[in-house]
Amino acid sequence: MLGLNKADTRLYVIILIMLIFAPFILNPFPDGSSLAQFNAGYPDMMQKLVIFGIFAVGFNILFGLTGYLSFGHAAFLGVGSYAGVWMMKLLTMNVIPALILSVLAAGALSLIIGFVSLRRSGIYFSILTLAFAQMCYSLAYSVLTPITGGETGLQLSLDDPRVIGTSQTASGNIPVPHFFGIEMGQGITIDVGAWSFVFNFGYYFAATVFALAMFLAIRLFRSPFGLMLRAVKSNQSRMSYTGLSSRPYALAAFVISGMYAGLAGGLMVAMDPLAGAERMLWTASGEVVLMTILGGAGTLIGPVLGAGVIVYLESIISTINEAVLHGWFSGLPAWLDSVFVTIIKPFVGEGWHLLLGAVFMLVVIFLPGGIVEGGQRLGRLFRRDGARGRKNGAPKNGAPKNGTDSAEQPGE
Amino acid sequence: MGILEVTGVNKKFGGLQALGDVNLDVAEGSCHAIIGPNGAGKSTLLNCLVGKLMPDSGSVTFQGKNLLGLKPHEINQLGISRVFQTPEIFGDLSVMENMLIPCFARRDGSFRLHAFETVAREKSLNDEAEQMLAEVNMLEKRNMQASSLSRGDKRRLEMAMCLVQKPKLLLLDEPTAGMARADTNNTIELLKDIKDRLHITMAIIEHDMHVVFSLADRITVLAQGTPLVEDVPERIKGHPKVREAYLGEAQV
Repeated sequence: MLGLNKADTRLYVIILIMLIFAPFILNPFPDGSSLAQFNAGYPDMMQKLVIFGIFAVGFNILFGLTGYLSFGHAAFLGVGSYAGVWMMKLLTMNVIPALILSVLAAGALSLIIGFVSLRRSGIYFSILTLAFAQMCYSLAYSVLTPITGGETGLQLSLDDPRVIGTSQTASGNIPVPHFFGIEMGQGITIDVGAWSFVFNFGYYFAATVFALAMFLAIRLFRSPFGLMLRAVKSNQSRMSYTGLSSRPYALAAFVISGMYAGLAGGLMVAMDPLAGAERMLWTASGEVVLMTILGGAGTLIGPVLGAGVIVYLESIISTINEAVLHGWFSGLPAWLDSVFVTIIKPFVGEGWHLLLGAVFMLVVIFLPGGIVEGGQRLGRLFRRDGARGRKNGAPKNGAPKNGTDSAEQPGE
Repeated sequence: MGILEVTGVNKKFGGLQALGDVNLDVAEGSCHAIIGPNGAGKSTLLNCLVGKLMPDSGSVTFQGKNLLGLKPHEINQLGISRVFQTPEIFGDLSVMENMLIPCFARRDGSFRLHAFETVAREKSLNDEAEQMLAEVNMLEKRNMQASSLSRGDKRRLEMAMCLVQKPKLLLLDEPTAGMARADTNNTIELLKDIKDRLHITMAIIEHDMHVVFSLADRITVLAQGTPLVEDVPERIKGHPKVREAYLGEAQV
């Protein structure tokens, strides 16, 4: 389908189905039950999931394929957000021009930062990108306050000189972002028994952009360009003696991944037109690194899974407080209740970072290939059991184990 | 006039004269061997040819074009491929991918943003890569990860990667070092075949005299960075200077 091979098409179709039915899939628990707080099927959360998915998929094009570890990708996210809000302030509340400018602005910035940073490799490259991103953050807070809004952030106001459209709505409110008239906040709620499923236009718009971004990423992974990026990671010396110039390849990957970050930033303000400098902080850059490694760097679906896990933990686990914990264990004797609460409490609520740290540690130690590797191991386990069952105990261990699956191996 | 001309090349590392006034003239279609004891400057000379090192003085021209100052990838794009002493391959990638990279480099040049093509759909390049793999008897290993190959296989893969580019000049730095006897003989046959069939000019550094005398049309003997003598193999064998400097130990 559309130039994808069989395995990739299957993967992509699964992704599409998950995206379309996300409001159901992420809302497994009935409203009002004690487990309802684990539901993630509300618009804010779903938008965040796909937006960070785009961010991570783009980051993976650089880090997963070329091995260059950027610690400054939040700068592109932030610039994308600012550019998006400015487009809405000046031109139109339609999100398409905003997204286009977000991508272009992030692309331009990443071209500059990448050009300088790629003169070094390894840890020096990482430090350079980190330094650039922190500079962008500081600039946004200080010199560039007229453009960025400084500490308050950049937001829409009632007197924006919008060329297409109006500064205020008839009722005197700030207009909301829309896609050719369909507002991002629009949606329908379907109540089925104890469940209520929200179908939000903003989410479906972001999901469509995600689907496009994912499609382009799959094509890139399977292209000669993607092959060259993996060559950059593997052996730059052999590359140059094979007639290939590794620098432009690395720079192109850097700019493409910067544009993905800008797209994610633009989508954030398309959902909620407010951009703040904290989006560019180094912790935000670190987060996308965690997402990619947690899910599986260099794999197609890994970064998306990693982004999902982190966004979910951040949003859901951080809302669990002591009272909620006591609620869970209320059936137990009081002393047991307090033991459980004491053990679990540091890992939830404010302490969700602790849980993330523990999960990250376990994954990196036991599954260096991330969540994807975990899935592959499970898959192999089942397949082997299945084969053994059919072939009456004939072992199939002689086959060369090269640790790749359909998500990594082109040409399959 | 040779396809590759090296004139008066000097290279110093600190106080050490690695290359002193080296002249070399490789005729088109021939196989030119460079031999000499360890530390004679053979690899340094090769490094000067591919842009890894810049000589202090002298000139290097390939088909009349000056090579000095060009980057390694530019020199390769002119048609010079090099096999290294320790195999340089893409260890993380599969054998087939290793083969496809030079194919794309030859077709698309040193950089192209071909992000919307699909590797698996480039039928002719895939065929070419497979054919070359078959020639070095590695087709059944096409899906193996390159870093898991044996040392001899890595060498053969690297050679196949260079050959699939159809270079005009192939530089070989001890292509059979560390190979088993049978593999060495296969390599000799392969190189002979390439020379006869594809008319690729070769410059080869080699310690194994069996390989040198099976392949070379001309031999240059280097000692302490200076060419001692250059002649056809028959006369090199009996040359007193050469015996003294190098072959005395080998008793050819």
